[in-house]
Amino acid sequence: MTETELLDALKAALGADVLAAGGVGHDLWAQVAKGRVREALQLFKGTLGFNVLVDHTAADLLKWPGGHWAGVWDPCQATQGGEHERRTQTDGRFELTWRLMRLDEKSGLVEGRAALKCRVSDGEAGPPSVRDLWPCADWLEREVWDMFGVKPNNRPDLKRLLLYEEFKGHPLRKDYPIAKRQPLVAPLPAPEGRIAPEQLRPRVTDPGLVE
Amino acid sequence: MTDERDPQTPGPGSGALTQGSGPPGVLTSRLDAAIGWARKYSIFQYPFVTACCGMEYMSVASGHYDMDRFGAGFPRFSPRQADVLMVVGTTSQKIAPILKRIYEQMMEPKWVVAFGVCTCTGGFYDDYATVQGIDTIIPVDLYIPGCPPRPENVLQGLMLLQEKIQRQGLHPKPGTLRPPIR
Repeated sequence: MTETELLDALKAALGADVLAAGGVGHDLWAQVAKGRVREALQLFKGTLGFNVLVDHTAADLLKWPGGHWAGVWDPCQATQGGEHERRTQTDGRFELTWRLMRLDEKSGLVEGRAALKCRVSDGEAGPPSVRDLWPCADWLEREVWDMFGVKPNNRPDLKRLLLYEEFKGHPLRKDYPIAKRQPLVAPLPAPEGRIAPEQLRPRVTDPGLVE
Repeated sequence: MTDERDPQTPGPGSGALTQGSGPPGVLTSRLDAAIGWARKYSIFQYPFVTACCGMEYMSVASGHYDMDRFGAGFPRFSPRQADVLMVVGTTSQKIAPILKRIYEQMMEPKWVVAFGVCTCTGGFYDDYATVQGIDTIIPVDLYIPGCPPRPENVLQGLMLLQEKIQRQGLHPKPGTLRPPIR
């Protein structure tokens, strides 16, 4: 099944809620409206046969200049002359991504890959959980909550996955202060002669994005 | 300090232990020197291994480099039975309370080795998740830098720790943060 056939199937099911799409060969990406993500993933898992959820993650596009694809090398444009739709939704701070794979269970060969994306604004819940489709989505959704603060709209009591419960905020958000530390153990007084952290040049600085 | 058998050229390691003169066939020593000697050659270590440095630790501990040559070949997996805490690998903020508790569970006298650059300073993990050096949590006696340290570095560090244990004698002062600079 080529990327064009996949896209046709997706568009037949979701219509205009497929906001943007592209891809090369057997590798498709599609951006859909937030409300129809679960439906699209059900379609991928069921009819289209994408049986593996490889990854589910997010990107914080705060301060990203000119929308998501500006300045990014676009494989569709490079190979096919930019014929694909590029009505990428640029409102919504977070871009959630589900990376899927179609794996032949007998031969172990990968038959196709796809990425489904959607935008979510700050403070609002993401699409519904897909734990029932792929059990591994449980921890991935917890990780997205832990790092970015976006949770599925039907999992209100989500727990952090990697960080500790006492941690305040979500560290992979672009506005999380880069030098902020939240130690669980109160630091010992520095040994005599030790350079204080304030005297050190910061190893990482945040110049922001240069347009 | 002299060696009774050959005062001009004391053998390696013997000068610290034997001292003074006594009847023939009797070896006399200062108690603190004898205890330091016994301690430094019978290190029971607790490997607190959290990350990739653990591979290098295994290399040092196993037959090829053989930590057992220095009397430190016996890892104890109970802190109650250990006297050197080897912190091997990146220490996250989440595991820091556990590391502190392990340290507190160990009997005196006890020593702490920071194995690898992550335990010394946080290494290149200058981020929200990582403790910026375990000496912000517990006192450290020996720092072995490297990412990871070569087994030779670890063995040299072990010998420096042995010198330190010998020098400290009967009552090692816990919380000695700075190792001697050689």
